[in-house]
Amino acid sequence: MMEQQNAQMPLADLRNVSLNYDGRFLALSDLTLTLEPGRIYGLLGPNGSGKTTLIKILAGLLTQTAGTVTIGGCPVGPETKAHVSYLPDRPFLESGMTVEEAMALYADFYQDFDMQRAEDMLERLKLGKRSRLNKLSKGTLEKVQLILVMSRKADLYLLDEPIAGVDPAARDYILETIISNYDPKATILISTHLISDVEKILDDVIMLQYGRLLHKASVEDMRAERGESIDAIFRKEFKC
Amino acid sequence: MPWNLSSDRPIFQQIIEHMELEIVQGVYEPGQRLPSVRELAAQAAVNPNTMQRALSEMERMGLMHSERTSGRYITEDESMIKALKKELAGGEISRFLEQMRRLGYSGEELLTVLKEEMRKGEGK
Repeated sequence: MMEQQNAQMPLADLRNVSLNYDGRFLALSDLTLTLEPGRIYGLLGPNGSGKTTLIKILAGLLTQTAGTVTIGGCPVGPETKAHVSYLPDRPFLESGMTVEEAMALYADFYQDFDMQRAEDMLERLKLGKRSRLNKLSKGTLEKVQLILVMSRKADLYLLDEPIAGVDPAARDYILETIISNYDPKATILISTHLISDVEKILDDVIMLQYGRLLHKASVEDMRAERGESIDAIFRKEFKC
Repeated sequence: MPWNLSSDRPIFQQIIEHMELEIVQGVYEPGQRLPSVRELAAQAAVNPNTMQRALSEMERMGLMHSERTSGRYITEDESMIKALKKELAGGEISRFLEQMRRLGYSGEELLTVLKEEMRKGEGK
């Protein structure tokens, strides 16, 4: 997949993508969007705007009902999954496992898993590898899951609400982990409703509403043009 | 020095302002090697491309230079750092003068209150 890529080619390319769950409700509607390599995107939108649906399509867990989605030039499938690292919005590891077992599972499952990187990050957390996942606090479990996801050398990281429900200190740890561990050529898509906590680490924002693309813009350009934070702009756009 | 970056204006400009101040204060000495873009980005909790943009801009201004293999360095040119210090002071002074004009002070009267406050400051 990497061989096919060049500077002009987007990492992910979505064209006229729609998804309807029961024939009526459109979770995504005619969405056309590209993601470039080496950028961190914030995926923003109110509840039900299609953020998780978009992420699941890119992760290969849902299939669009219309349109095309390619990653590195290939349609989403087993080949693209090997290059995409996905953090779901809810706990995804079997709770009786130890941290060590979860790491071994990841190393087994993903060829691009970097055990050394995972161990270095765990050491910073000062967390014993023998700890059982169901004994960890919510914030610590989220950190462990993020460590596993960021320890893969993927081309695309999909992080669905990585900082929801953790305290501010844990948020800082998570954001720092994201900044200091990603390959500058990789792409990160972070969905969140905690915009003010995340906006300083973003390159671009993608705003969704009713499954449609409302905005895609550089955060620095938006700040320069409007003299406001992305959080303030978002609040105005989506005012009830 | 904490970064204290605000989200309502471009981050790269604020990074430049912050680092200019640190260069003038001597937190970074002339000729000192800077941490990597990624380390600086993690310290400031900002996007690495934004940090890169700020550093490139400071290189263009001549405050830093990069060596192909060994990294990025603060300029050794102390006259340039002095000029930067003067420029930053000029900015502060014009902001101060603007505020004083709004309060209705100008000319001799401004100098009088300024001297008076400076004397009080020295007494402390």
